[in-house]
Amino acid sequence: MNQSAKSLFLAMFLVFSLAYGATGYAKIQKAIAENAITTSSPDSSGDPLSGLASGQFNQIAETVSALALSDPDRAKSIVSALQTNALYQDSRHGLYLEKENGYADIRSGQKISLTDDGLKPVRINNKVRLALVTSTALFGLSSPNAATRLQSADTLYSHAIPAFTPKISAALAQEKDQKVKLAFEKAQAAAFLSETPLATGDNARLKAIAILKKSGGLDAHNILCRIAASSLESQSVKQSAKKAVSSIEFRLGFWDLLQNAFYGLSYGSVLLLAATGLAITFGIMGVINMAHGELIMIGAYVTYLVQQSIHTVFPALDPFALVVAVPVAFLACGALGVLIERGLIRFLYGRPLETLLATWGLSLILQQAIRSLFGATNIEITTPYWLAGSFMLGGIEITLNRLVIFLFAFAVLGALMMTLRRTSIGLEMRAVTQNRRMSALMGVRTPRVDALAFGLGSGIAGLAGVAATQIDNISPNLGQNYIIDSFMAVVFGGVGNLWGTFAGAMTLGMGDKVLEPSIGAVSAKIAILVLVIVYIQRHPRGMFPLRGRGVES
Amino acid sequence: MPVSMPSLTRRDFARIALFSSMAAMGGIIGSGKAFAEPKGEPIKIGILHSLSGTMAISETTLKNLMLMLIDQQNKKGGLLGRPLQPVVVDPASNWPMFAEKARQLLSMDKVSAVFGCWTSVSRKSVLPVFEELNGILFYPVQYEGQECSRNIFYTGAAPNQQAIPAVDYLLSEEGGSARRFVLMGTDYVYPRTTNRILQNYLQSKGIPAEDIMINYTPFGQSDWQTIVSRIKKFGYAGKKTAVVSTINGDANVSFYKELSNHGISSIDIPVMAFSVGEEELAGMDTHALVGQLAAWNYFESIDTPKNKAFIQDWHRFSHNPKRTTNDPMEAHYIGFNMWVQAVNKVGTTDHDKVIDAMIGIRQANLTGGVATMLPNHHITKPVYIGEIQKDGQFNTVWQTPEPIAGQAWSPWVPESKGLIGDWSAAVHCGNYNTLTHTCIGHKS
Repeated sequence: MNQSAKSLFLAMFLVFSLAYGATGYAKIQKAIAENAITTSSPDSSGDPLSGLASGQFNQIAETVSALALSDPDRAKSIVSALQTNALYQDSRHGLYLEKENGYADIRSGQKISLTDDGLKPVRINNKVRLALVTSTALFGLSSPNAATRLQSADTLYSHAIPAFTPKISAALAQEKDQKVKLAFEKAQAAAFLSETPLATGDNARLKAIAILKKSGGLDAHNILCRIAASSLESQSVKQSAKKAVSSIEFRLGFWDLLQNAFYGLSYGSVLLLAATGLAITFGIMGVINMAHGELIMIGAYVTYLVQQSIHTVFPALDPFALVVAVPVAFLACGALGVLIERGLIRFLYGRPLETLLATWGLSLILQQAIRSLFGATNIEITTPYWLAGSFMLGGIEITLNRLVIFLFAFAVLGALMMTLRRTSIGLEMRAVTQNRRMSALMGVRTPRVDALAFGLGSGIAGLAGVAATQIDNISPNLGQNYIIDSFMAVVFGGVGNLWGTFAGAMTLGMGDKVLEPSIGAVSAKIAILVLVIVYIQRHPRGMFPLRGRGVES
Repeated sequence: MPVSMPSLTRRDFARIALFSSMAAMGGIIGSGKAFAEPKGEPIKIGILHSLSGTMAISETTLKNLMLMLIDQQNKKGGLLGRPLQPVVVDPASNWPMFAEKARQLLSMDKVSAVFGCWTSVSRKSVLPVFEELNGILFYPVQYEGQECSRNIFYTGAAPNQQAIPAVDYLLSEEGGSARRFVLMGTDYVYPRTTNRILQNYLQSKGIPAEDIMINYTPFGQSDWQTIVSRIKKFGYAGKKTAVVSTINGDANVSFYKELSNHGISSIDIPVMAFSVGEEELAGMDTHALVGQLAAWNYFESIDTPKNKAFIQDWHRFSHNPKRTTNDPMEAHYIGFNMWVQAVNKVGTTDHDKVIDAMIGIRQANLTGGVATMLPNHHITKPVYIGEIQKDGQFNTVWQTPEPIAGQAWSPWVPESKGLIGDWSAAVHCGNYNTLTHTCIGHKS
C-alpha cells in the first residue's frame, strides 16, 4: 500500500516535471523546487529505512541523520556502506549490504544470493555526504580515544546540527578531559544556536553566543552572522551577536595582516627557488637562458618518473618519493645543463641576442619533446601525507606544502652560497666571471668551469621543478609560468648578486600578496610590473648592484 | 612570434627544429587513409586545433578524435561514395595564427568543413575569415554566447545550457540551498560574459549584490593563497556559499590543491566548475576533490550502449585503455555526424546548400536523447550536474528532464534582450530584434 502510494507519487512527479520541462527551460527551476518539496516531506510509513531506497538525496540524508540518533549501531554499518558505495537497492525498494561473498538484506540481516543485474548502488551527493560526516562525528563523541572525540566535536562545531544538541550535552556531562570538554562546549553552543529561538530561552542563547565569541574563528563568525541577521531572534540576542561578530572580525583582521605576510613569504620563496638557478646562469655567467623554465619543467617530470618507478619497485616508500627525487632531479637537470652548455651555448658567448634566440628555440624543442613523450595533458603527482593539510599558528593558517617549500628554498640558497664561497669550484667560478683571461692565465680551465656553472644553475632549476610539483599542475607548459618572474627577480634584485636575487624574489612575492586582496590578482600583477619598470629605470643595476673593479662598465 | 630565423641560429639547431616539427606532423598525415573502399576525388575536412602551445593540452585530443571519426566514416564507405581526407593544421595556441590557418584551409586546401577552435578568442579571430570566404566551422566548446554567425555551428553549450541550470541546482535544496555566491574566473571574454549573465540571473532570483563576489585571475594563475583565504572569509558569513568557477582548465589544478590544503571540502563550500572535465581530472590527485561539482552536457560515466561503444572505439583508436572522453568530444561527434547527414541530404558539399540543410538535422546523443540543429545554429542538449569521484569520473546527481535549446543571445544581458538568431529562410538574420522586428545585421 505504502509503496504503491509512493510510486504513484513518483509517477505524478515525473509527469509534472516532464510537463514543465516541455513548456520551456525557464521552468526547470520550478521543477527543482517541486522536487525539493516532494523530498523534504517526512516519510509517514513505519519503516525507518525506506528513505534510503527513495532515490532522493534529501530523503537519504534525513534518514541517515535520524537513524544516527535513534539506532546508532545500525546507522554505523549504513554510514560506512554508503561511504564505500557498498549499499545497494533493487527495483522494489529492497536494500542490501555488499559482503565479501554476496549480499545481505539490510532489514532482516539474512544473506541473499542475488545476481548483480537487478541491483544498483545507492548513490550519494554533498547533502548526503554532510549527513555521513556529521553522523560519524556523532558516533565519535563516545569514542574511548580522546583525539577522536576532539575531532568529532570540531566537526559538529563547524557543521552544527540542531537535533544533535541533547547527545552533545550528554557527552559533555561525562567528559573528563579539559581540552575535549572545551571543544564539546563549543559544539554544544553551535548546535544550540542552530535551533529555532522559540525552542530555547534568550538567556541560554546569550550564554552560547559568549562561548562562540570567546572561541573566535571563521566557524563562530559564520554562526553569529546568521543569528545577527535572523528575523526570528529577539533584539537583545541579535545585538549581542552583532557585537560578537565585530569583535571576531577585529581579531581576524589583525591575523589577516600576518596571514598575508606569510602568503607573501611563501610566494616569494617559490620565486626565489625558480630564480636561484637563473641567478647563476644569467646573474653570474651572463647567459640569457630562455630555456630556464623548461629545465624547471623537466625537473618536475623527473619527479614524476621517480615517483612512478618507486611506486612500481618499492610501494612502501611512496611517501618519500619526493625526497629521492631531489638529488635525482638535480643530477638529471645538471647533466642536461652541461649538455646544453657544451652543445649550444659555448658557441655563443658574447653574443647575447643570438643566445636569447637559440635558447628560446631550445625551450620550444624541449616543450614539444616532453609533449611527444608524455602527452599534452597534465600528469598526476600525488601529494605525500606529510605535505597535505595545514595547521594553525595563532590565527594564521600555515599550509604544510608552502612551509616545506619555504624551508627548502632557504636550504638551497644556503647550500649554493656555501658552494660558491667555500669550495674550489666556487672560487673558480667567481674568478672566471670576474676576469676570464686572468683566470685562464692562472691555470683555471675556463671551459670546464663554464660547463659546471651552467650545470649547477640548471640543477637548481631541477630542484625548483621538484617543489613545483606540489603547488602547480605539471604539463609541458609549466616552465612558461616561471620564466618571466625569474628574470624579474634576478634583474630587480641586482644581477650577479645572490642576496639581490633573494631580496628581489621576496619583494616581488610580498608586493604581489599585499596588493592582491585589495585590488585583485590581475591588477596586482600589472601594478607590480609597472613598479619594477619604474624602479629599474632609476636604478638600472637593481636593488643590490655589484660594486668594485670586477664589474664591467 | 616567428620561430625560425636560420641566419641567426646555428645550422644544426635549425635542422633539429625542422626535424622535430616534421616528426610531429608525420604521425598525423597518413593515419587518415582508409582501406580505399570509397573512390573518386577526396572530400577534404579541415582540423583547426592547436597541437602546440598552451592550448595543446585540450585541443590535441579533439584533433585525434576527428581523425577517428573520419577514419570510421571512410570505413563505412566514405561520403557520397568519395573518401574523406583530413587536413590537419597547427595554429599553435596563437590567435592571429588561427585566422591565418583558417584562410589557408578555406582558400588553398578548399576544405568542405572545418572542425576547430577551443578558446573564444580563437573563434573570434577566425570568424571574419569564415564569413568572408563562406566557410563552415563546427565549434565544439561551451562558450559565452552573444554570437550567431551563419558560417558557424555551435555544438558546445550556450550559457543557458550549462551555467544557468548549474546555478539552479546550487540554489535548490538538494544542491545545498546556496544563498551566497563567488563567481571566479580567468580574465578573458568567456568568464566575464558568463559571470555577467549569472550576476543578473542571481539577482533576479533574489540574491542581493553584496552576496555575490566576483573575482578574476590571470591565465595560468598558480598561487591561490590569498584568493582562497578571501573565499573562505566570504563563505563563513552566515549564509551557505557556493563557488561558480569559470577558471580556465589548466589553472584549476592548483586552485583545487589550495582549497584542499585549507581544509575546504565540498560540504563546506562546493565549487561548481564549467571547465573541469574528465580530461583535466586525469592529471589531478582527486582524493580531496570528491564531491566538487561540474556541469556538462556529457559525462564519460553515463551508462548507455552508445557511449560504451564510443569509449571503446576511442580506446582502440588511441591505443590507450585509460584515455578519457569528455564533453567537447561528444560535441564534435554530434557536429560531424550532423554534417555528414546534411551532405547526404543535399548530395553535395556546396557550402551554401549544406548550411541551409543543417537546420533541423537530428542526431542521437551519446548519453541518450536526440540533438536537433536549431535555426540559430545552436543545438539542443541535455544538462548534467556531476560530482567528482575518487576515480576521476563524475557521478550524475541531477539532470534536466528534457534537452534544452541553446540560446545564442542571453535574455539576462540588457544589450541582447529580445535578440534571436534565426538562419532559416524566413528570417535569415543572426541578430534579429524581436521587439522592434528588425535585423541589426553586421556589426562587430
